Amino acid sequence: MMDARSQILDGIRKSLKRGPLGESAATVPANRLAHHAPGLIPARTTALDAAGLRDLFVQMAEEVQTTVTRVSDAAAVPGAVADYLANHNLPAEITMAPDPALDAYPWVERPLLRIRRGRAEDLDQVSVTGAFAAIAETGTLMLTSGADRPTTLNLMPDTHVVVLRADQVVGPYETAWARLRGEQVGNAMPRTVNFITGPSRTGDIEQRIQLGAHGPRRLHIVLVEGPDAKTA
Amino acid sequence: MQPTSHAFKANVREALDDETLQRALGNMKSGFPAKRLAAIDRLPEFEALRDQGRDIKNHVLENLDFYLETFERNVTGAGGKVHWARTPEEARQIILGICRSVDAKTVTKGKSMISEEIALNDFLESQGLVPVETDLGEYIIQLRHEAPSHIIAPAIHLVKEQVEAAFRATHTDLPEGRSLSEPRELTDEARSVLRQRFLEADVGITGANFLIAETGSTVIVTNEGNGDLTQTLPKIHVVLASLEKVVPTLEDATSILRLLARSATGQEFSTYTTFSTGPRRPDDLDGPGEFHVVLLDNGRSAMLGTEFQDMLRCIRCSACLNHCPVYQSVGGHAYGWVYPGPMGSVLTPSLIGVEEAGNLPNASTFCGKCESVCPMRIPLPKMMRHWREREFEQNLSPAPFRAGLKLWAFFARRPALYRFGANLAARLLGWLGRDSGRFTSLPLAGGWTGGRDLPAPEGKSFMEQWKARQREAA
Repeated sequence: MMDARSQILDGIRKSLKRGPLGESAATVPANRLAHHAPGLIPARTTALDAAGLRDLFVQMAEEVQTTVTRVSDAAAVPGAVADYLANHNLPAEITMAPDPALDAYPWVERPLLRIRRGRAEDLDQVSVTGAFAAIAETGTLMLTSGADRPTTLNLMPDTHVVVLRADQVVGPYETAWARLRGEQVGNAMPRTVNFITGPSRTGDIEQRIQLGAHGPRRLHIVLVEGPDAKTA
Repeated sequence: MQPTSHAFKANVREALDDETLQRALGNMKSGFPAKRLAAIDRLPEFEALRDQGRDIKNHVLENLDFYLETFERNVTGAGGKVHWARTPEEARQIILGICRSVDAKTVTKGKSMISEEIALNDFLESQGLVPVETDLGEYIIQLRHEAPSHIIAPAIHLVKEQVEAAFRATHTDLPEGRSLSEPRELTDEARSVLRQRFLEADVGITGANFLIAETGSTVIVTNEGNGDLTQTLPKIHVVLASLEKVVPTLEDATSILRLLARSATGQEFSTYTTFSTGPRRPDDLDGPGEFHVVLLDNGRSAMLGTEFQDMLRCIRCSACLNHCPVYQSVGGHAYGWVYPGPMGSVLTPSLIGVEEAGNLPNASTFCGKCESVCPMRIPLPKMMRHWREREFEQNLSPAPFRAGLKLWAFFARRPALYRFGANLAARLLGWLGRDSGRFTSLPLAGGWTGGRDLPAPEGKSFMEQWKARQREAA
């Protein structure tokens, strides 16, 4: 008896009334894989400059209940995080990704912030992570996993704070994919790529939207823009 | 689950008389369609994206074997394993074997229609495992021991009081006086109960919205984040997907993702769209140690090359359900199996046979709304008509229906006789109904007059008017 794999593949070919793709027939799909060409990209982002993309990103993110603080330099990040926690009556206790990129911010200047570096545990209230990119088209964050970027930080705590650099904001998803391809060795994907658009939500009971179904109830972004930042 | 599609008519009668169900469906009618329209109005490229989505999937289906083999190679390269299942039974056994390999007890689950298709929960329970649905809607219906009534909003047939009752019956350690009357309170209660399940689970099973051939990645789309916790916390992540979910590249998935959420809930993008590739890497602090993909055929390869091939483009967005006047009136359970609404009316006969599900493609006025909103431009009414043809060819339609069709065909093939007979009947009916202008009952037309009056014919027939106009024009 034929094994399941062979029988399924044979069945597909029989239905398509052909055998396995020959070398020349296989060039069409093989080229598609090799070139991974972007499809139609909506015009929404294509005419915008970097500042325009940041404005659109913030607008789209806020539409889905993400909150954003825009700061002018890296030195202001720890203060912005501490203020956000204080304003929401959250403990000044954070679990931070062991990501070296987050060492660029002077956390020591906020000694009252208690910081643990590592993955999230069940009762963690607040996580702080970086991001790989931010997609202006829909206000979406893109986070990639790795040894210093555990995925649990994006999902388990009630409050997720993301520190984002201005140069990480791109227009469409395709630009972010191209950047990721540029960074990876031999086309290997990270174990997890999370696209996150707002805090967790559900409409499963009478179609009434509730935030914080299983993932974070609050998603806050601190966007580091440089001297021309629009400060809120 | 045991299908009841053959009893569609009885199911419908029950659904129409169910006041609670009708109240719950009222929420949907006003919700999804308006949100979809608002989202599409903001994206001028939407129609062009639909063409592109259709073309991507058509290309995949023509090269399905190539892309599946590529996908498998890349899953393996990333340290995962692909399992092939011809039938639901094979898929269940593969999953059981994976669970047994780690002596699993608790199995958390992200929302998966394929899991419903293969009735996985009942099976795992019968083998002593504890499957826990973690999507809020799926969790609610699991507690109520019923099937989903909608492919993306499984508990849409329920009102909040029914959810509260299900929670109180199961969460027996609730403190006295704990209020569960509002969706907020119910959501918080489910969150705290299910968080513990996520933490104790040995295996996490999710479905897949896409499989990426190029990278060997699987993709899930959720709003709650339950699928992410399901696949991140346990030792093993099992992805259960049907063959046609594969797309060539990350860019192709991205193009279709632009259609998915807008067509489904009217969101610009779902809250969580997650690409998973292989198990955790050696230095990772979290993530599953093993990554398995179970590819299910269950009749799909046989749909290729037939008049039902286009159905395999479906991305399970639910737009056709949300806009269907039949679905809006009766809800999903009346359809009697896993997939309701127009997509179910086409897919169900393919998967469980037209003998069982022949009623479904007949439950349509062919208003065409489903096709007009389908992001993948699937010609759903045309395929329902194909099922009706097959049903007729296989002698499955009821005898009076067949006799009626034969009678009609006899006249239709004799146009002069047809016009004479139709004229005669119209005049007779017009004369009989000349006083009230309508009939409240008529012999042989009880199916019509049971629900509404039949207007009495008046004036000239279409053919008479047509001829008169032709004469005037000449």
